[in-house]
Amino acid sequence: MYLYLLKHFKTTKRIGNDMEKGSFEVKVGLAEMLKGGVIMDVTTPEQAKLAEDAGAVAVMALERIPADIRKDGGIARMSNPEMIRNIQKAVSIPVMAKCRIGHFAEAQILEALEVDFIDESEVLTPADEENHIHKHDFKVPFVCGARDLGEALRRIGEGAALIRTKGEAGSGNIVEAVRHMRTIQSAIRKLTVLDAAQLMAESKALRAPFSLVEQVAKIGKLPVPNFSAGGIATPADAALMMQLGAEAVFVGSGIFKSEDPPARAQAIVEATTYYTDPEKLAQISAGLQAAMRGLDMSEIPPEERLQERGW
Amino acid sequence: MVITIGVLALQGDFARHQDVLHSLGCDVRQVRYRHDLDGLAGLIIPGGESTTISKQIDRNGLREGIIALARERPVMGTCAGLILMARESADDRITGLNLLDVAVTRNSWGRQIHSFTTPLEMRVNGQREMVPAVFIRAPRIQQLGSGVEVLAEIENEPVLVRQGPHLGATFHPELTADTRIHKLFLEAH
Repeated sequence: MYLYLLKHFKTTKRIGNDMEKGSFEVKVGLAEMLKGGVIMDVTTPEQAKLAEDAGAVAVMALERIPADIRKDGGIARMSNPEMIRNIQKAVSIPVMAKCRIGHFAEAQILEALEVDFIDESEVLTPADEENHIHKHDFKVPFVCGARDLGEALRRIGEGAALIRTKGEAGSGNIVEAVRHMRTIQSAIRKLTVLDAAQLMAESKALRAPFSLVEQVAKIGKLPVPNFSAGGIATPADAALMMQLGAEAVFVGSGIFKSEDPPARAQAIVEATTYYTDPEKLAQISAGLQAAMRGLDMSEIPPEERLQERGW
Repeated sequence: MVITIGVLALQGDFARHQDVLHSLGCDVRQVRYRHDLDGLAGLIIPGGESTTISKQIDRNGLREGIIALARERPVMGTCAGLILMARESADDRITGLNLLDVAVTRNSWGRQIHSFTTPLEMRVNGQREMVPAVFIRAPRIQQLGSGVEVLAEIENEPVLVRQGPHLGATFHPELTADTRIHKLFLEAH
């Protein structure tokens, strides 16, 4: 017909030798592509397919969702590689996986599996109480949690290509994600009005790298995308976090701990696009059944709060 | 007169396209509803997840409006945007808009660890110039219709194509400071 295969295509010079992989630009590039989307925690290939069908931009492959990790106790580790592979086979969207804070050997294994993003996550039991992973050593991008601007900039200094609020994973309670997002945003706003001489003192107060503090003061936002995680259970929760400045949302336990995972997953996807349209949000939310039960923060003793892990 | 270009804002890096268009002096409208397409001088379908954007186009009744706009106005797609503009993507998760006579395969360079940057030689109107290009889990163009012109390629494969007023890139010009590809798109207006 009128189509012809490319091998018959007359070519000019070959430029492939100049290809550069694993640069910070390429890492942040994938985070850019996830904006305006929903990343869903899944534990099986079936759940992963459900997430993809609902319109998720990526899935987080893990053996137990945070609500169950919280309930079961014990040490929470990186997922079994076989389980991650099966999820990679099931879907075409990016697959993320979690390693323990500071556990660079788990991260090396996840990189060997070619996961698309590694979450150095407080949801798993930390492996190092002093040091997070030096993420510039990897070609695969990392996402890390943060409660405040200093924590976000320390992670970016180590090489994180994406920041998310920690919130309180597995709680179904949005209050901590809101606190963390507001804390980060107000610290950024403050930086933009300080004069040059005040930035070093602020860098000291934030315990953050000075060069990154200067950069944030100049551009008025984080130098990498800023997403929200930890407690999103409803379309309204997603809309709230987007209006507070999140550029995309992670939903962990909120979907598969609800009574209607497929409908809820799709509704949260829609809400993340139409977050400024209350009439549409009302319509999106109307048919849903019960959300996950959730926990009040007073039901989670301080020593059991996942957000306290890492620094 | 200042023209208004639409950027499909269902999901993806639409804000990056918006920044580039603003820097070139255009007004920009984020497109989420059918009526947002009215009166646009052109439309950009951004990078993002093609499965997500495809579903969102149909769930929110935008398909016919985009196809109708493309009959009269230029459309540019980058990465996921190109996949959606293609005649064929060999993936039943995607319902294409069939605006470019190309067949593509998704994520064809591999997973994120194989994403890359490279300089590209762009050939436009007899001129050759180098542009920086960022490829993120990029698609490949596997087949070309006879009306499709190749403006750049790597490893013998087209990565930037033009058909009539429409442009498609397997990479992300919106992620670099180089605005030449957006300028080329605006020249089709």
